Amino acid sequence: MAAVVPLSNLLDARRVWRGRAEPPPAGEQPTGWAALDAVLPSGGWPAAALSEILLPLDGVGELQLVLPTLARLSQGARPVVLVAPPYLPCVAGWRQHGVDMRRVEIVNATEADVLWATEQCLRSGSCAAVLAWPRQADDRALRRLQVAADGGRALAFAFRDRRHLSNASPAALRLELEARPQARVWVRKCRGGAVPAQPLPLPTAALH
Amino acid sequence: MLWACILLPQLALDGVLRRRPDAGPLVLVAGTGHARSIVAANAAARDAGLRVGQRLSAAQALLAQFEALPYQPERVDHWHRFLAAVAYRYSAEVSLLPHAIVLEVSRSLNLFGSWPRLESLLRADLDALGFRHRISAAPTPHAAHVLTGVADGQVVLTDEQLRHALQRIPLSQSRLPAAAADALPGMGIRTLGQLLALPRDGLRRRFGAELLLALDRLTGAAPAGLEAYRPPDRFDLRIELTHEVEAIGALVFPLRRMTADLSAYLAGRDGGVQRFTLQLEHREGHTEVKVGLLAPEREAGMLFELARGRLEQVQLPQPVLAMRLIARDLPAFVPAGRDLFDERPANALPIEQLRERLRARLGDRAVHRLGSTTDPRPELAQKVTAHDAGWQEPSPRPTWLFERPIPLRGPAPQILAGPERLETGWWDGGEVCRDYYVVETAQGQRGWAFCTPGERDGWMLHGWFA
Repeated sequence: MAAVVPLSNLLDARRVWRGRAEPPPAGEQPTGWAALDAVLPSGGWPAAALSEILLPLDGVGELQLVLPTLARLSQGARPVVLVAPPYLPCVAGWRQHGVDMRRVEIVNATEADVLWATEQCLRSGSCAAVLAWPRQADDRALRRLQVAADGGRALAFAFRDRRHLSNASPAALRLELEARPQARVWVRKCRGGAVPAQPLPLPTAALH
Repeated sequence: MLWACILLPQLALDGVLRRRPDAGPLVLVAGTGHARSIVAANAAARDAGLRVGQRLSAAQALLAQFEALPYQPERVDHWHRFLAAVAYRYSAEVSLLPHAIVLEVSRSLNLFGSWPRLESLLRADLDALGFRHRISAAPTPHAAHVLTGVADGQVVLTDEQLRHALQRIPLSQSRLPAAAADALPGMGIRTLGQLLALPRDGLRRRFGAELLLALDRLTGAAPAGLEAYRPPDRFDLRIELTHEVEAIGALVFPLRRMTADLSAYLAGRDGGVQRFTLQLEHREGHTEVKVGLLAPEREAGMLFELARGRLEQVQLPQPVLAMRLIARDLPAFVPAGRDLFDERPANALPIEQLRERLRARLGDRAVHRLGSTTDPRPELAQKVTAHDAGWQEPSPRPTWLFERPIPLRGPAPQILAGPERLETGWWDGGEVCRDYYVVETAQGQRGWAFCTPGERDGWMLHGWFA
């Protein structure tokens, strides 16, 4: 016999949509940016799920989106893992954002192994967040990451080129970054809520 | 004192069979030329009528198809010592007797619980390793040896019970010196009980002190006189394959056995292994596969998975005839602790194991952490390390850093902040003199770029404020 699931669980998990919007519950994984938290249905990053961040170019503020979260997670028990980052993370720069670099593991992987390594990290259950830069990831590969993130109770972030926007994705959240004419973030998909019609200004950290 | 005896009746055969998943009729033969005879036969061979002691030529007349392997005394000795190393886990006093291992367990019972529980642990270990065995316990090692030879699973706890148990043992099974054991039945003495009742003086006159010493050792009146076993400081296991193997996949089964043996050995000496070598032997030369770990480990599944990960990357130049596992470096093993209030899921893989798994496939240097140094030059300000100087940089630093600066092409960037002058490194020849700016490119990227002091062109890009 299938397990009985209380209706409130489904509603809290935002798997069932209701016509009348309710104030979102306080998120488990706040992004650290109040404006973004306010529009996301889970009040932050979808917990234990894949979030996809689509960029036009490197260096348009993609890390600004996740650094407050990483700073918070790097104080916790589980480490943060970067799989195949495109450049070296600058220790001084990350520390200025409050990230404890001793809790950040960097995994160098070749093109063919990025998805494998990401899935292993997510599935292990011993990582708080896994950030990956896959070049070739299709719908099936992303679905595997989504399932692994769910199994390992970890935040998964996939940074990809904006041209993948037209392809369907199993990610729970898709954000698109825009650099010109203004630095803005579009929420392109968010599970459990309506997609906001307006973009948000991209949060830019003050230059120290 | 309580001594457990593990009798290994089929040691030679088990040592061969345990690495063959499918066993047809198989015998071990010793001797040369026409005098070759069977010294051990497996169940399938015995069913076909093959017997120990039979001539090989007679066996070939009985059965057309069976495998005959040479009996190798040194392999038997190897397995004997290996099992002693496994038993060392349960007691510090382990000795070798012919076809048997004895270990003193009275003090081990405090740790492992009652004798039935310890016995089941021993049996489970031996079953997992694939060795048939009989186990008994008695107050003296020689008595345990004798009792095990008579029946499996006997337990004698006190000297009183021991005397009683020895009464009925026939002299042919008493493991006394052969001269006495052969001669005494002719005098009407058939059991140990009858022998122990005889006057000692007469026995000494007729059979010498040797028999009395053996009897005293049996009853515990004299010290057992056994040499204590010490486990070796290195693990070296070689498996000869049944045929030439050209695909790595066929090495997985023997590898699983070898890593399980290594794990059992490490558990015996309460150690771990940090690096070991797999040697794949060919007709000429051999291929070495080195397996290195970040911390000592001994869990069989993990050792197997890591070794397999390394093995799968190997290109075989020639077929493999034999495989050898050598572990020289056996440091102490410290089990990982776990918090009571751990926020990880219950079935989480420990981060150490995850790291090893990634390293096994991606390479030794694939997983690392970065820490800052005290050098102000951006190229040298961070390195791969587990430690971190923790220096808080007051000036803005990017989040992405390039391994080396690249020329910034396109129209001149817009300057957002700067300059910050870095003029240093004169002492080691890597002198730099740069003005760093935070710039925004025409595409809206924020970069960290520098140019020669006093100039505003020839921009070199060194990172992104991503």
